[in-house]
Amino acid sequence: MSATVATQSAPHPQADAPTNYLTVTRGWRSWAFTLDHKRIGVMYLVAVLSAFLLGGIMALILRMELVTPTRLFLSEDLYNHMFTLHGAVMTFLFIIPSIPAALGNFLLPIMLGAKDLAFPRLNLASFYLWVAGAIFFLLAIVLGGLDTGWTFYTPYSTTTNTSVVTATIGAFVLGFSSIFTGLNFIATINTMRPPGMTWFRMPLFLWALYATSIIQVLATPVLGITLVLLAAERVLGIGVFDPKLGGDPVLFQHFFWFYSHPAVYIMILPAMGVISEVVSVFSRKHIFGYRFIAYSSIAIALLGFLVWGHHMFTSGQSQRAAIIFSGLTFSVSIPSAIKVFNWLTTMYKGSIWLATPMCYALAFIFLFGIGGLTGLFLGALATDVHLHDTYFVVAHFHYVMMGGTLIAFLAGLHYWWPKMFGRMYHEGWAQLACFIVFVGLNLTFFPQFIMGSRGMPRRYARYDAEFQPFHVMSTTGALLLGVGLVICALVLWQSLRRGRKAPANPWGGATLEWHCASPPPLENFAVAPTVGDPYDFDGLVYKGEEEGYVFEPKKQPAKREAEPEPATV
Amino acid sequence: MADTQQANHPHSAHDAHGHGEHAHASFAHPMAPRMLLGVFAALIALTIITVVAANFPLGRWEIVVSLTIATIKASLVVLFFMHLWYDKPFNALIFVASLAFVALFLGITLIDSREYQPEIEQRTIEHVTTEVAAPAQ
Amino acid sequence: MASIVEPEAAATHDHHGDHPEFLAHHFETPQQQYDTGKLGMWLFLIQEILFFSGLFVAYAVYRANHPEIFVYAHQFLDKSLGAFNTVVLLLSSLTMAWAVRDSQLVNNRGLIRNLAITIACAFLFLGVKAVEYSHKWDIGLYWASKFAPTAEHHGGSMILFWLCLPFILISVALIAATVVSKQKNYEQGYRFYGILALASVAFFVGVGCGFVVPAVAGSDSHGPAHVEEHAGESDHHVVATHADPAHALADDVESPRNAGIFFSIYYVMTGLHAVHIIGGVIALAWLLWRALKRQFQAEYFGPVDSVGLYWHLVDLVWIYLFPLLYLIH
Repeated sequence: MSATVATQSAPHPQADAPTNYLTVTRGWRSWAFTLDHKRIGVMYLVAVLSAFLLGGIMALILRMELVTPTRLFLSEDLYNHMFTLHGAVMTFLFIIPSIPAALGNFLLPIMLGAKDLAFPRLNLASFYLWVAGAIFFLLAIVLGGLDTGWTFYTPYSTTTNTSVVTATIGAFVLGFSSIFTGLNFIATINTMRPPGMTWFRMPLFLWALYATSIIQVLATPVLGITLVLLAAERVLGIGVFDPKLGGDPVLFQHFFWFYSHPAVYIMILPAMGVISEVVSVFSRKHIFGYRFIAYSSIAIALLGFLVWGHHMFTSGQSQRAAIIFSGLTFSVSIPSAIKVFNWLTTMYKGSIWLATPMCYALAFIFLFGIGGLTGLFLGALATDVHLHDTYFVVAHFHYVMMGGTLIAFLAGLHYWWPKMFGRMYHEGWAQLACFIVFVGLNLTFFPQFIMGSRGMPRRYARYDAEFQPFHVMSTTGALLLGVGLVICALVLWQSLRRGRKAPANPWGGATLEWHCASPPPLENFAVAPTVGDPYDFDGLVYKGEEEGYVFEPKKQPAKREAEPEPATV
Repeated sequence: MADTQQANHPHSAHDAHGHGEHAHASFAHPMAPRMLLGVFAALIALTIITVVAANFPLGRWEIVVSLTIATIKASLVVLFFMHLWYDKPFNALIFVASLAFVALFLGITLIDSREYQPEIEQRTIEHVTTEVAAPAQ
Repeated sequence: MASIVEPEAAATHDHHGDHPEFLAHHFETPQQQYDTGKLGMWLFLIQEILFFSGLFVAYAVYRANHPEIFVYAHQFLDKSLGAFNTVVLLLSSLTMAWAVRDSQLVNNRGLIRNLAITIACAFLFLGVKAVEYSHKWDIGLYWASKFAPTAEHHGGSMILFWLCLPFILISVALIAATVVSKQKNYEQGYRFYGILALASVAFFVGVGCGFVVPAVAGSDSHGPAHVEEHAGESDHHVVATHADPAHALADDVESPRNAGIFFSIYYVMTGLHAVHIIGGVIALAWLLWRALKRQFQAEYFGPVDSVGLYWHLVDLVWIYLFPLLYLIH
């Protein structure tokens, strides 16, 4: 059958054969029914980028409307629809699957030294579940829109006449796509590691994906049941969340945030994994505190489950719970700070190469710093009561989600682009795009902190004239950000058409994906790679004729293995 | 019975070595029939006990008793029917961990909902009285 | 969960000489494939546990805060039917565990027999459940927004008929498929559809048990509101809603305020459980098909094991649902 085409017609991956996963088979069927994790990863990449484009256009429309305090072109109602769909599309269709499903899918087996993910069919099924979920979201837009906010809070979501049930089904299906991806990753990392790939030889990106997967498997089903109950509430009127029938809307928020707070770490943890890779490679220095970064990923994943109530400080949660949650919230900052300090220490006295991925990584550290530290304001019970539901919150999570996840996604995309498509992009233009994105992002969201602290509420289409200068600044920034992203897209597109052929190892990375050709052959490795320390750059030598790095293991890697990471303690 | 069938399967042949009469793969762990029937009998007995216990007025302890019995039954199913007793420790770990997360979810939500309940009661009573009063005007 | 455990047997292009057909190309050994599949299944099960946990949380919150609703409502649930269904599911768990044993020992006949009994138990369970639902709906015990308990029966056997209709169609279709397969000498199909047709008849045995068991046990399943059935009576009362709590309070002094919440939780819990049973039947049928094709071998029984784990989890959920819903005082 067509499902088997990709695997069956695979020629032996001979060293001299120029075939790779992109060229091994042709035709749309060889993509639509592929079981190859790399092709599925590429399909995810195209899919999440389309979702990002959609969500981004919505964001620009919202920002344009907010240039004036009064109506410019959107009615209040349409504004509500627009911000809801912006949030829902960006969260469920873009950020959650962005790094794990697109980059992770492509890279996890290669970095691990495996031929594929544990369950290739399930992997393809997850992708199609994503597509189905996206279709339901589009249907929701057509069938009356959605104006509940991406959080679907009851009782409004049970009474509004927009198409909540359609969107609910979409989110439910997307949830299962996410669960299956996580399940696949955990099973792969647990059982498919080749000989020599011990837990502590895994690249930190894989640790981050593992931690993410734990959350995906443990938290996402709770979203599933929440959405089932919400749909049943709307269709049948079961009353569990409906105060009219004796139900409890605060219970909905408990349900929702039991998933959606950990989901925030589904979004940021893989981003941190990407940064760990990039910082080490472009500082040409062994990552500092490998074990601390690895364990802190797991710690964030677990602690992330203990803090969901900090979204409910002002929504009827009891004082006792609020105090407990406020206290616990600060605990998450510890592992996050550990990571940041370790990245900084890795760079310290390294020979930093400011290539595009590194530029994005530095932007990440700066922006995530702001996003993370403003999170402390919101985690503190007393200040949150003042800042809750203002633009301060909007700015905070955009700094973390865009400044964090999006920037890291771009860092990873630029870092692994030569590996994925075998082409180099134009370094100068890519750096310019990075710079514009960085400036645009700050200009968009920093004024929102000021507005928020002065009382500008979120989700309002109209506002007091005193906030207009900030809104104008923010909109200008958004346009700049848009320009930066368009340049970035053009640079990458251009590289596919005219880019110089990429060497196997353009950056001098030591993780396994740089051992195989660019782009990788169908089963990833022509010869089984030798697994060593993923951050040992000693054996890497730059070869001018290859325009990339090659491994020359003359420095006895055995010496390093004998004393693993002396620097960490 | 199993041994005669096994001869048809070439792949299983080499694994049968060292397992004496059993024709199963080294990673298979067939449960003995006695064990299966014993577990089943225990489950039925516990079901009867819990039904009988429900007839006694145990008051507050009723839920404790019935859930304890349910947990014993569940443990029997998990450990023996689901082979967790013989399984890889990691599978047991994730199973227990999932229960810990359920406990966390249940515990905190329950604590919180009990705390704010009086406020809801207060408001509902106000709501009901105004609704009842409303048609009269 | 089918796709988790299904091997890439068809896709395997054997470049290694010792790569058996059932072993997917990206695995080295049958044991690695088995361990991976099993871990995947356990991960699927823990997401199932977290999925159901939401319902248990909702149950706990309402029971802790409104015990009077639960005390009132439990009298409408028939303990004898709950216990009967518990035994049915426990029996199915036994046969499932035995099926796993048979597959490990490559006892194909035993495997087929035990799978068939397990499927039959699932249908039996659903038959009993249909009777329970229809009894409640007959006397207006719907979920919260439609909750309107009355002293009279409405619609009578019609509700039961509509609940049975899909199963009647399934049985008829299976019997037809069996006959057609027999006529066309399609041996595999004849045995597969025949076994399933026999098993699906258990649904109607379950419906019968739903009436016989309470009578034998002498329990009064329908609480204080129960009177004799009036078949054919108009059912317009069933759709009448008493959504307004104040109204309900004034209208029906017997039931505590918001008693419908219990039934909402009851229907969602048992309903989702029933959905999982139906999913399990499909998975078991898939196993049966493969067992009839003799696809399971000494080193390849992972699918049976995985579906078995799933089936036991469904049983596990019921082990808790039974005391929580039926055994309340």
